[in-house]
Amino acid sequence: MSKFNKKKDAALPAVNTASLPDIVFMLLFFFMTVTVMKDSTLKVENVLPNASEIKKLEKKDRVIYIYVGKPTREYEKTYGTESKIQLNDKFADASEVGDYILMERAKKPQELQNVLTTALKVDKDANMGIISDIKQELRKVNALKVNYTTYEGDAFRNLQ
Amino acid sequence: MPKRGAPPEVNAGSMADIAFLLLIFFLVTTTIETDAGLDRMLPPIEPPDTDVIIKQKNIFQVNINRDGQLLADDELTNIKDLRAKAIAFLDNGGAPSGTADYCSYCKGKRDPSSSDSPAKAIISLKNDRETKYGTYITVQNELVGAYNDLRNREAQRLFKRDFTDMEAEYLNPETPDNVREELKEKVKRIQDLFPQKLSEAETSSN
Repeated sequence: MSKFNKKKDAALPAVNTASLPDIVFMLLFFFMTVTVMKDSTLKVENVLPNASEIKKLEKKDRVIYIYVGKPTREYEKTYGTESKIQLNDKFADASEVGDYILMERAKKPQELQNVLTTALKVDKDANMGIISDIKQELRKVNALKVNYTTYEGDAFRNLQ
Repeated sequence: MPKRGAPPEVNAGSMADIAFLLLIFFLVTTTIETDAGLDRMLPPIEPPDTDVIIKQKNIFQVNINRDGQLLADDELTNIKDLRAKAIAFLDNGGAPSGTADYCSYCKGKRDPSSSDSPAKAIISLKNDRETKYGTYITVQNELVGAYNDLRNREAQRLFKRDFTDMEAEYLNPETPDNVREELKEKVKRIQDLFPQKLSEAETSSN
């Protein structure tokens, strides 16, 4: 029975952690590749509506963003509760949209200037009035390609 | 003579800690972005040089009021029925056979009082200034969906494949060029069968 007695005093072997860095690195690379750094802090509420017939915006360098929504709580006092437009990092009026688009367009390389898309990230509770104003401004500066950015989902959920 | 052993090993014990630190940083800063949406073209601001006369029967008028109610072709419509109505309108093919506009692939009712052919059919979308954006997107989604359903049907018939699927592959930058060339023709052909004519008129203020 000496065969079994041998192990009697042996402590539980330590778990080998040598492969732990590899596992962590794998996770790290996953998150590094999917990460998109936020380029502007949102000052407006931005719950996008759902839609099912969507197309992906493939190339990030060809997109200009416009955010619309109610100012978040910390800006409520100064800017009220009506829906506002946010361009880059500040609130703006609909009349400034045209200039903003021209400015952003001038920053892009020449060959991309004609293929830019304007992504409208609009809160689903915003009114269409402000969107119509933006669209009118976009038409004035000939930025006709727009993308109403949405979440993927059932469009009828917007109605609730 | 000094002993020349192997160089001392670098202690890699803290590697996991460093990696964890980085991992946590990226975890916190990650926002998996939702950059997808409905693509639309706005009409150019200059009015076209020649006035095009469009027959009333070729226009499918959709009005959304401030309460989110829908008026499609002068009938109060539930948004859930809009897609079917739009499909019926686009697919109608009312032009009699033998005329230039005759639509051989339409499967609609061929009602002479509705649209002549998909190429002539125009959907006009109007909204109130106080309409909710969410409602507007739902309506847009249904109208684009109507076009996609019809295009899928034709793509299945001609190429045994969904149009949306083909278009996604065509637009994907990772698709090889030779595949893309081939797809371009197919996509174009389907688009010509059901051209997307969705006009967004200026908002009425009342």
